[in-house]
Amino acid sequence: MNSTELSSLATQVRRDIVRMVHAVQSGHPGGSLGCTDLLVQLYFDTMTIQPDAFDMDGKGEDVFFLSNGHISPVWYSVLARRGYFPVSELATFRKLNSRLQGHPATEEGLPGIRVASGSLGQGLSVALGAAQVKTLNGEDTWVYSLHGDGELQEGQIWEAAMYAAHHKVDNIVSFIDCNGQQIDGSTDDVMSLGDLAGKWSAFGWRVLTCDGHDFDDLQRVISEAKGHRGSGVPTVVLMKTEMGKGVDFMEGTHKWHGIAPSDDQLADALNQLESSLEDY
Amino acid sequence: MVDTHHITLDPTESKDTRSGFGQGLLEAGQANDQVVGLCADLTGSLKMNAFKDAFPDRFFQVGIAEANMMGVAAGMTIGGKIPFTGTFANFSTGRVYDQIRQSIAYSEKNVKICASHAGLTLGEDGATHQILEDIGMMKMLPNMTVIVPADYEQTRQATLAVAKHHGPVYLRFGRPKVPVFIQPEAPFEIGKIQKVISGDDVTIAACGHLVWEAVQAAQALAKDGIRAEVLNVHTIKPLDEASLVASAKKTGAVVVAEEHQRLGGLGSSVSQALSAHHPTKMDFVAVEDQFGESGTPAQLMEKYGLNANAIVAKTKALLGK
Repeated sequence: MNSTELSSLATQVRRDIVRMVHAVQSGHPGGSLGCTDLLVQLYFDTMTIQPDAFDMDGKGEDVFFLSNGHISPVWYSVLARRGYFPVSELATFRKLNSRLQGHPATEEGLPGIRVASGSLGQGLSVALGAAQVKTLNGEDTWVYSLHGDGELQEGQIWEAAMYAAHHKVDNIVSFIDCNGQQIDGSTDDVMSLGDLAGKWSAFGWRVLTCDGHDFDDLQRVISEAKGHRGSGVPTVVLMKTEMGKGVDFMEGTHKWHGIAPSDDQLADALNQLESSLEDY
Repeated sequence: MVDTHHITLDPTESKDTRSGFGQGLLEAGQANDQVVGLCADLTGSLKMNAFKDAFPDRFFQVGIAEANMMGVAAGMTIGGKIPFTGTFANFSTGRVYDQIRQSIAYSEKNVKICASHAGLTLGEDGATHQILEDIGMMKMLPNMTVIVPADYEQTRQATLAVAKHHGPVYLRFGRPKVPVFIQPEAPFEIGKIQKVISGDDVTIAACGHLVWEAVQAAQALAKDGIRAEVLNVHTIKPLDEASLVASAKKTGAVVVAEEHQRLGGLGSSVSQALSAHHPTKMDFVAVEDQFGESGTPAQLMEKYGLNANAIVAKTKALLGK
């Protein structure tokens, strides 16, 4: 899929995100909008997947883990648009008896979800276990994971980082959503992350960087990461993004981490996002 | 004389239950190549070396990073593996509760959390390592099965059984050598109480190391004309309520014995079941809202009232004899 088509899809996903969060007046639009381009790139261009025959084991296909589970709106929209479940089901987000829980969960059997996430810091460990099993099973498939930059304040992330290098897990590409924001403010104000590239490098990872809103750059960095299979070195991509990307009044601020737009704000947002497919 | 089932009253050897786990894990690995092992720098203590040596490609050293171990294990179920994690009970539960809750229990992952050195019988290392709250924490998690086998042979059997059982399991065992009193051919079924002594006067429901103490208590009580029924409640969850109620209806009095806090352990499960289905007078042999301390296992079980003598005393008091 070319960049123009991916960009068009991303706009529709952003419409879905703001509409879903507005409908229940809860959820996390900021990070969802910021990671839209990556998830569209992965699911519509990069990954080898079987959306119409979802299997928990994911044998023979690439798998993705969302560790920062609060940005579930973007994942649900992308999964639905890719054919994992009906797009109409997006209207049930965060409602009683829905498969689209506030944070991703497996209990109701939503296709595309392989582990619950939301309590931060756990997804890298899970992704590494899945990656090691792909190697044990003789697969040449890939595991992708996504983590918030604020999430790197969790200690388990660094336990997992040390483990990956020790066990030479080189069939994983982990993306860090570097938007510099978390609930209480900027990461610099709340808990400085310092030299992230230096930290990951010291833990034994190959560190790549990219612009999280440029499909050409996303494709370049993924291609480069995949070229290192067999090196015995895991790859992390520090992906520069803007929280709230695509809706001007949400961009670049932590204030839209976890609040919903009003009716007027929704109308404003949708005016900025031209529908490419039908809304759900 | 007591009427026994599946046990011997004069065992000739003592072995640690953790060695039963090690042997069971090796056999489970031989039977199913999907079984994998993970350990957080306690391979020798958990007796996982035989598995590690037999299946080096299926053994994963995690280092002193238990939270990561639980997550990696959850991930390894994706693709069909059956991961067995090994570390002390304290580090298998309290230290990693949220990881187990989200990535394993809520996500319904087929992980076997295998926990050694549980309870006071860990001994000299003291209270920092003597977890007495783990059964309660784990039984409260939806989807979790909780098993506390009584001796070496039963721990071996339980390890094999959980490998075949689909779903998250907490398997709790211990450090010291204790009598091997359950006959090797005795059946082990997850969720089914094993009646080891029949009696009419009182029911003693026990798990883990306290089952052998209950057997000794029943023999002592028999000398005073009290016929105790001893139930080995190796599966705390799901609880075999039907067998408990049947026994309580017969005896009219129940003593629960466990190496755990009184609040939240087997005793609370049994009392909830009986209060709902057959209210029965009860007492509890358990730790009374305290932390442990350093000492030998025997000294600690005596001081904290967790041995045969304590069971006899509480049983007689409950019966007014």
